[in-house]
Amino acid sequence: MSIRHALLALLSEGPKYGLQLRQEFEDRTGEVWPLNVGQVYTTLQRLERDGLVESDDTADEGPQKGFRITAEGEDELAAWLRTPPDLSLPPRDELVIKILVAWRVPDVNVHEVIQVHRRYLVELMQQWTRLKEDEAQFDLGFALAVDAELFRLDSVVRWLDTADGRFKRAATEPAHPVAPAMPRLRRRAGVRR
Amino acid sequence: MSVLELRHVSKIYGEGAAQVQAIQDISLSVEAGELVAVMGPSGSGKSTLLTIAGSLEEPTSGQVLVAGTSLLKTSRADRARLRRQTIGYVFQDFNLLPGLTAVENVSLPLELDGLTARKAHAIGLKALQELDLTEQAARFPDELSGGERQRVAIARAVVGNRKLVLADEPSGALDSANGEAVMRMLVAACHRGVASVVVTHDAQLASWANRVVFIRDGRMVDQTMPPPSAESLLRSGPNQ
Repeated sequence: MSIRHALLALLSEGPKYGLQLRQEFEDRTGEVWPLNVGQVYTTLQRLERDGLVESDDTADEGPQKGFRITAEGEDELAAWLRTPPDLSLPPRDELVIKILVAWRVPDVNVHEVIQVHRRYLVELMQQWTRLKEDEAQFDLGFALAVDAELFRLDSVVRWLDTADGRFKRAATEPAHPVAPAMPRLRRRAGVRR
Repeated sequence: MSVLELRHVSKIYGEGAAQVQAIQDISLSVEAGELVAVMGPSGSGKSTLLTIAGSLEEPTSGQVLVAGTSLLKTSRADRARLRRQTIGYVFQDFNLLPGLTAVENVSLPLELDGLTARKAHAIGLKALQELDLTEQAARFPDELSGGERQRVAIARAVVGNRKLVLADEPSGALDSANGEAVMRMLVAACHRGVASVVVTHDAQLASWANRVVFIRDGRMVDQTMPPPSAESLLRSGPNQ
């Protein structure tokens, strides 16, 4: 989450004060991403240093100091919005590692390990879904943030379901030597460390 | 008293070498107002569990009580009547009757129960209104979108004074917005006091339930704990 660009986006609507920026940031993200006021000021100072925002020189430092976006700031924001985040490298996923390890540890039932994680994820999803239930209190920003979280958790559950099925099939098929798939993948894709 | 109670229910299909144990020793109670999701991979026995819960099929052993009564102990005619009055079914492929309009589909079970056609029609229309389907009432199933068809099917399942609604992959081929609409309707029915069991492999749908039961190879292997308040999610925040 780039606080820097989120603040630029808010300032693209017009000049604003620091405290106002914090409030609007939290409103837009449905309070899913709480932000402390210190983060807002540090970020604003850096944006000013980089020439992406300007402040009212007349006002004192503090909550009443106003900021506005510069032309460079608008260019930066437009470029950032269209730059895809780097999703090309598989992240080192702790859950994936646990399941791969569980499969190799003697006397550990990998299906039981998978179920522990599946239950935890579904319980988390139940909590997020509870937030969706009351549509009256559900603004667009909040809805999108909650949906994003649910789709992310759902994809992990789907991976666990697929892994469960693969392990089940592998148990009934004749064993074959471990293929060097992971090292090859790591060399090719350069897995993050 | 639970609206649905399964006691040590097992179901075996076939005989001898061809024998398949579809579900094994499943016990489950569902209270009025509760929405329970049953999650499991295909072939895990979830659909069998639902047909047995709905008394559409007999278990090989164990007991099924709906509102305290074992429907299987009643005569065929009584069973059909009790099933129609007490249980609503929602299927993946909607199962609407093609020759009847949306409102006729919804009011049919009421007419079968002896209500006059006019009364049944009025109640059916009201059920459709509540689900925002007034405009679709006079249309035939093939004139409705997939999402509309499934909403009509749910209206049919909850109309009257049904105590139990059973749904098998109710949003099977629907997109996620329609899937969510379907789940919201079931949640609303539960808020009115209906008990509901939804079978699904979809975690996003299951997460609308008060309780999620996991089934694997015909056995119930786990279930979710009652969730803590959702407020805890907002306090922590994913990026903090």
